[in-house]
Amino acid sequence: MWAYVIRRLGESLLILLGISLVTFALLYLVPADPARQIAGRSATAETVANIRAQLGLDQPFHIQYLRYLGNLLQGDLGRSYLQRTEVSELIAARMPATLLLMLAAIVVELIIGLTIGAVAALKRNSAVDQSLMVFSFVTISAPQFVVGILLLYVFAVQLGWFPIGGYGTFGHLVLPAITIGLLGTGWYSRMMRSSMIDVLAQDYVRTARAKGLGRLRIILRHVAPNAILPIIAMIGIDIGLFMSGIVVVESVFGWPGIGQLAWQAIQRVDIPIIMGVTLVSACFIVLGNLLADLIAPLVDPRIKLK
Amino acid sequence: MRKTLATSFLALTVAAGPALAQDFTEAKQGGSMIVTYKDDVSTLDPAIGYDWQNWSMIKSLFDGLMDYEPGTTELKKDLAEDYTISDDGMTYTFKLREGVTFHNGREMTAEDVKYSLDRVTNPETQSPGAGFFGSIEGYDAMAAGEVDSLSGVTVIDPYTVEIKLSRPDATFLHVMAINFSSIVPKEVVEDYGPDFGKNPVGTGAFYLEDWTLGQSLTFARNTDYWNEGLPKLDQITFEIGLEPIVALLRLQQGQADIPGDGIPPAKFLEVTSDPAYTDFVIEGGQLHTGYITMNVNMAPFDNVKVRQAVNMAINKDRAVRIINGRAVPANQPLPPTMPGYAPDYEGYAYDPEAAKALLAEAGFPDGFETELYVYNTDPNPRLAQSFQQDLAAIGIDAEIRSLAQANVIAAGGEPDQAPMIWSGGMAWIADFPDPSNFYGPILGCDGAVPGGWNWSWYCNKELDALAVEADAMTDPAMAEEREAKWRDIYLAIMEDAPWVPVFNEQRFTMRSAKLGGPDSIFVDPVHVPVNYDYVYSTDVQ
Repeated sequence: MWAYVIRRLGESLLILLGISLVTFALLYLVPADPARQIAGRSATAETVANIRAQLGLDQPFHIQYLRYLGNLLQGDLGRSYLQRTEVSELIAARMPATLLLMLAAIVVELIIGLTIGAVAALKRNSAVDQSLMVFSFVTISAPQFVVGILLLYVFAVQLGWFPIGGYGTFGHLVLPAITIGLLGTGWYSRMMRSSMIDVLAQDYVRTARAKGLGRLRIILRHVAPNAILPIIAMIGIDIGLFMSGIVVVESVFGWPGIGQLAWQAIQRVDIPIIMGVTLVSACFIVLGNLLADLIAPLVDPRIKLK
Repeated sequence: MRKTLATSFLALTVAAGPALAQDFTEAKQGGSMIVTYKDDVSTLDPAIGYDWQNWSMIKSLFDGLMDYEPGTTELKKDLAEDYTISDDGMTYTFKLREGVTFHNGREMTAEDVKYSLDRVTNPETQSPGAGFFGSIEGYDAMAAGEVDSLSGVTVIDPYTVEIKLSRPDATFLHVMAINFSSIVPKEVVEDYGPDFGKNPVGTGAFYLEDWTLGQSLTFARNTDYWNEGLPKLDQITFEIGLEPIVALLRLQQGQADIPGDGIPPAKFLEVTSDPAYTDFVIEGGQLHTGYITMNVNMAPFDNVKVRQAVNMAINKDRAVRIINGRAVPANQPLPPTMPGYAPDYEGYAYDPEAAKALLAEAGFPDGFETELYVYNTDPNPRLAQSFQQDLAAIGIDAEIRSLAQANVIAAGGEPDQAPMIWSGGMAWIADFPDPSNFYGPILGCDGAVPGGWNWSWYCNKELDALAVEADAMTDPAMAEEREAKWRDIYLAIMEDAPWVPVFNEQRFTMRSAKLGGPDSIFVDPVHVPVNYDYVYSTDVQ
């Protein structure tokens, strides 16, 4: 077990290294010149050259990259070109908002997804089942940008149930959490449905029924727990899925997380921030997957870690 | 208004509104307001900040020697109690107000003025505004990193500072009014180092009470402010991260008072035609010109007839209609509200037939193929398509290259990459209300260098010499003559036609019913976008 964890952590480091190299190279190839952006339009060529030298942008690619890595090892993500603030400070300030949103989204997707999946399995092949599966198909396919704007318009602007974007209270959290959670809802309802159907066909369910247990009791005691466990193990993977969604959703709802930070930085070609957010998100995805793999054998002893 | 930082040029607008109402100076202090913005506030360091959003925030936290009358482009004294200009126009002596204190309680003196100018011109500060100080004696040595103090700036006594210039500069008092000349306290700047921009301390009307990164900033009233009766509000909260459309919805629901990014184009007609809002929508002019550049070094635009033909081919009225009438058609580089504008000049009238004939005369009866670079956010690609149609009508086949802003700017700075660029979203907006500000970097030889902003690469040495002459006319009595000289320069440029001036954009914003103050301060020409110091709350009147 521990040998496995250590090996996986080592692999994760290699993956992160690869991601940092690819991101750095892509940003290096962007034709926009950060020194010129910092210098502004009234700067002379000398000033621009000066800034380029101060930032080390006049160095060849491999020197720039190695220097970045060197700083990274010391926990230094650099300073934003445009805000001139430590990137680590900017990310740290926004991390709680993103974590809160992801946690809320997981709660949303589990509650809605598992419920829908369970109902669909119990009403298998009925009209209810079919309409629920169509719903889950829609939630998987609908762009989050559209879902977000739609929810915002209906529930915040028209009905006035929630504040129109922003951060701070539980009310602010509901709509963005639903927007992100709905994406996972589709997956979870489908997995829950098939998992429930599997379990319902198991011998021990028939035995329970033969013993004369009530239907509700069979479902709550014997079916649901066994159906849910393998699904719970997937939550780690969701983190990666959500990371891709937060950029859009945080921007739509004015949620002050790292997704919004990334979006602003991309528009302004603020390379240190783009690098920082990419690496931090990559860490989350890698750790999430590792977590999912570690939980799997606990849930299902047939799975062995190698 | 969609100005992201790279080119979020300071805009100068000229308010169309009447002079300040009398009751406004007597408005009681108190109350608060909420201003919303989409993007993070980048920095509040006056030596660094150079965008649409932090410009007037910095003006409220800091003061400079000079400023402008609220809602106008008229210079007035600020921290300078008085000033004298030597007869040769080369020495400015400023007498400072006494008893002005920084937010940390220390008195501001002439040493602080010297320190602030040294700091902004020091290359290590990486100030985007350093270039504005080029006329101060000793600037070149400073820019080269040879010294760490401007030889031209001398402290005479604690309340007197003398600034010597290396060349006469008719714009120097304007330079003393831009944010980059704000006075900062040395000990605080040194304490915070590069984080001064997050912990600003000045002498301004407000001080920064709280900054929650990515969420909000709170400005509180500086109760020791030297300019008595100001500011009007006790508190301003800036909420960050709200898309302009969401900001507008919040204002309509009473959850915000000013949408800092203005009225979003998609909602423009709806809002301006709704009787419920007509009293709260405010329009102001802008020292802005949108233009198409033609690279005069790239064939066939090296032929002046081709450039003139393109000028006649572009349908500017349609371009204005595309942006819902939020602009007026232009026929010369300077906007109408800028001194030096030629009101009688007719420019190149829209005439596709004449354009076609001129193109044939230039040797291109069948037109040619070219590329039009454009910033890829709405409405710019739609405008580019309109220009594409206009060009097709005279036989020019222009392929649209729609790119991210930074990439278009980079292409324009290459000598032979972009034959044509539509400036939308990146266009020049003046730093201060003086005709010289539209020349050097975008039409003069100084800007026609790799990485420069003169995307037409037009370089006319004779006009450069005339520009130097004009800026040497520092005597206020010669202001009109100087203006005429600049007018001639821009008209000469139009003969060579390196640009198609397309339109001058107007600014539109909104305020909630709870705010008071003349319209002109909500579209202040200098304190962009809003002059926060003078806004008052109707709740406390």
